[in-house]
Amino acid sequence: MKRVYVNEEWCLGCHLCEYHCAFANSGEKDMARALRNIKINPKIKIEQSGSISFAVSCRHCKEPLCVKGCITGALSKKDGIITIDKNKCISCYTCILCCPYGAISPSDDGAIQKCELCIKNSEGTPQCVKGCPNGAIVFEERGGEI
Amino acid sequence: MKYVIIGNSASAVGAVEAIRKNDKKGEIVIISNEKYHTYSRPLISYLLMGKTDEEKMKYRDNSFYKKNNCELMLNKNVTKIEQDKKQIVLDDGNLISYDKLLVATGSSPFVPPMNGLDKVKNKLTFTTLDDAKALESVLAEDTRVLIIGAGLIGLKCAEGISKKAKITCVDLSPKVLSSILDDESAQIIKSHLEDENIKFYLNKQVKEFTENTALIEGEEPIDFDVLVLAVGVRPNISLVKDAGGKTNRGILIDEKCKTSLPDIYAAGDCCESVDVSTGETKVMALLPNAYMQGECAGMNMSGKDTTFNKAIPMNAIGFFGTHIITAGTYTGDVYFVSDAENYKKLFYSDNKLNGFILIGKKATDKPVAYERAGIYTSLIREKTPLDSLDFSLLCEQPGLMAFSKQVRAEKLGGEV
Repeated sequence: MKRVYVNEEWCLGCHLCEYHCAFANSGEKDMARALRNIKINPKIKIEQSGSISFAVSCRHCKEPLCVKGCITGALSKKDGIITIDKNKCISCYTCILCCPYGAISPSDDGAIQKCELCIKNSEGTPQCVKGCPNGAIVFEERGGEI
Repeated sequence: MKYVIIGNSASAVGAVEAIRKNDKKGEIVIISNEKYHTYSRPLISYLLMGKTDEEKMKYRDNSFYKKNNCELMLNKNVTKIEQDKKQIVLDDGNLISYDKLLVATGSSPFVPPMNGLDKVKNKLTFTTLDDAKALESVLAEDTRVLIIGAGLIGLKCAEGISKKAKITCVDLSPKVLSSILDDESAQIIKSHLEDENIKFYLNKQVKEFTENTALIEGEEPIDFDVLVLAVGVRPNISLVKDAGGKTNRGILIDEKCKTSLPDIYAAGDCCESVDVSTGETKVMALLPNAYMQGECAGMNMSGKDTTFNKAIPMNAIGFFGTHIITAGTYTGDVYFVSDAENYKKLFYSDNKLNGFILIGKKATDKPVAYERAGIYTSLIREKTPLDSLDFSLLCEQPGLMAFSKQVRAEKLGGEV
């Protein structure tokens, strides 16, 4: 199962992954237009302190505490990818309480949001990976079961 | 192999999903005393608010039973477990045999004896979909609703009907949400709820009811049209207790979610389990724990040795746009920051995080107290030694930055 992996040694702290994430999920065709005058709320987020930086997004865990804890059944895992049914979510934030990586956040549309590996947007593959200029974020197979 | 599950909520679903990982063929029978497809009980207040509907409330989609090849028996009560014969008795007299039995009977509202309660016509409890429908049916414009109990159930009910009803809430406790908040945070939430026109009588008790009035010592009589009894719930333990299984307040289970009776497992709100944050055995009636216990039981029932020993009290709950996220126990040293929008209290001792209370309004430009709360939860659950990380950084802002480089590499570069 391919997943997004992050290597902090290569992260420049440029935040481009955040912009590519926000753009990919905006539904717009033009990046500048999509991101103009807005405060982005990406699903991948950079942590930064001194010279260290790295991106954090959903790990699509083997034993996903968010899915097991979801009180509505809005979070589910299929084919190794954890997705959110925004129609069912009532924003109780139990998933935010449960996720050990801090990878789930409130969205601007009332439900929660999390990385869905871009399977629901028109791109189809993780745009944070594609947009990372230094190969700090990769999308690859590192063995193991789903 | 024949699996029988008494109950049709989170634990039952967890068990079914686990059993089907190991055993695609075994027979699964689910018995429910309700008439509904599995639904999320905590959503009944959202149903009254109009934030969800009966279709969206379904805890799993319509194909769940078919996909998992389960026989669903609705509207049936189990009256007895005959463990020597490995069968259960239904209220219609039918017998159902089992090889492995899961008791996931949940809990029932507890109504303490109160003077004159029998004179009140419009009274109900608030834990099931039928309760919610019954409440909705008696609400009209400006119906006066008196809620006994300012805990999670009572206050969620209050929020659910606040647009339609005039609400008064009475509780014996001096604070709201006494099971999850400390005094200071309870005061904040109480004020917030008062701003939404919910009136409180705390540290008070109803001395007597008449049909439409509640008498409280030292207060004017409270007139009401509808009475909601939300004092608390009690685990449904009688089936296991009567069959000779060990029980206390809840059914006693081990780390495999097994009861003291052979081939009988139990999970969810009907059980007691060990709170990792204190080591105490207690009832932790929470949906995530219910699912995970059901799942653990299902794994063991279908032959895969599995342990669940990570239960802690934890809650995420919102009222009128303010979110409360709490976990663990509130003992030890305290890290505390608050401002007009945010409240954050962490409790720690002996090199461990014991618990936290985080309250925040909807996300603004500033970081909100509850953001990434699960990082704190994991420290409690895993009993992470605080000297293995940068705790002062973590207090300010939960993040993976506080962990060692090696741990970060495992979390972000490894399969988890």
